[in-house]
Amino acid sequence: MIEIKNVSKRFGDFKVLSDINETVERGQTMVICGPSGSGKSTLLRCVNGLEPYQEGEIIVDGVSLSDPKTNLYKLRENIGMVFQRFELYPHMTVLQNISLAPMKVRKWSKEKAQKKAVELLERVGIPEKAQSYPANLSGGQQQRVAIARSLAMEPNYMMFDEPTSALDPEMIKEVLDVMINLAKEGMTMLCVTHEMGFAREVADEIIFMDFGRIVERGTYEEFFNNPQSERAKEFLKQIL
Amino acid sequence: MFDAVADNITFLLGGFGVTLQLSFFALTGGIALGALVGLGRISKNKWVYQPITLYVNFIRNLPLLLVIFWFYFVMPIIAGRPLNPFLSAVIAFIIFEATYFGEIFRAGYQSISKDLSAAAYSTGMTYAQTARYILVPIAFRRMLPSLITQSIVTFQDTSLAFVIGLQEFVRRTSIVDNLEVRSIQLYGFVAVVFFIFCFIGSKISRHFEEKGRKTGLL
Repeated sequence: MIEIKNVSKRFGDFKVLSDINETVERGQTMVICGPSGSGKSTLLRCVNGLEPYQEGEIIVDGVSLSDPKTNLYKLRENIGMVFQRFELYPHMTVLQNISLAPMKVRKWSKEKAQKKAVELLERVGIPEKAQSYPANLSGGQQQRVAIARSLAMEPNYMMFDEPTSALDPEMIKEVLDVMINLAKEGMTMLCVTHEMGFAREVADEIIFMDFGRIVERGTYEEFFNNPQSERAKEFLKQIL
Repeated sequence: MFDAVADNITFLLGGFGVTLQLSFFALTGGIALGALVGLGRISKNKWVYQPITLYVNFIRNLPLLLVIFWFYFVMPIIAGRPLNPFLSAVIAFIIFEATYFGEIFRAGYQSISKDLSAAAYSTGMTYAQTARYILVPIAFRRMLPSLITQSIVTFQDTSLAFVIGLQEFVRRTSIVDNLEVRSIQLYGFVAVVFFIFCFIGSKISRHFEEKGRKTGLL
């Protein structure tokens, strides 16, 4: 379970996050949406300790990130993250990209890590790309490799930071399909995305952020059919 | 016409051997230390960043000749015993070249997006693992042409070690010249040898530059 309690974060005088409260239970899929600059990505980065926050507390499986004794490296082993621009290691093959962390962090043997990598590549539908370099893959394929790379650590949580917004329209579906399957298999997911089709299919909760605050929260139907704030109404009009 | 060179060729090439050895140690040491210096230069920890920046700025603003001299005369006081010219030159070159290689690596690290290291961290890798498997190899590949260019400069600069009596290529040539007094021929030979090696080096650098552009790593 991820508990976010009264979290605020500042860059100098600018408040990127103010008073965020949210709980994500195991097995849930939460979709975070909102205009750019509203603090969605920053919130994700705070949850796995990539960004510090000044106030409040984030607790992952009972471990507080505010506690200076918490080993953030250890914590991140259980929280996979997928980035907008894929961020694959350009000097490594697809297979090496996926098997690196299990070998170095989990200390798996090369055979075990590669076997896992091959399984994951089959799961995301591109087993034939194992020996390719990222530069030779399409955007959609790269993002599926990035998802496989995160899954290789067998994390309890997966976070997605606008995973489809750098993709050509025809490649969005192949990535969303992988994510939808993951959610249906019971992965706990935090997704920053504007893909409302995805949200309708798998989101247990949608939160809408603006100026670093959670302005609205609810199920897909509640958010979609009956948005409360003017800001959310306007936003929905724009993305549909 | 090349009699002075021909008569002393073993002695001269022996000197060139010393030049190659000095270059080898100066480059491996300088590049390895430079990779770390570059990491220090992008460190957010001021206890790392500030001393390393001071070191880089200090050494880079001194003439190499002075650093070689200074080491040769100061090291015996620090070490408590005289160092041989070769060892002294190797240390001086590593310390000097690491600042230049360090700045090349710094540029290489800064060309890597923050999100790429964030991606490595998000799989649970530590800073040391991220540096070793991601940052250093990518910076090394991206900066390979600059690294080779700086290596050529280092190779040429090793001749400065002749001031502390190291019998490298130029020093031995001057010894031969003192006996034979055939300066144009002898130093012409040195120039040709240096030119051939450096020219090949710059071609290799060019090759990697084009290769890097093709694979999309640059």
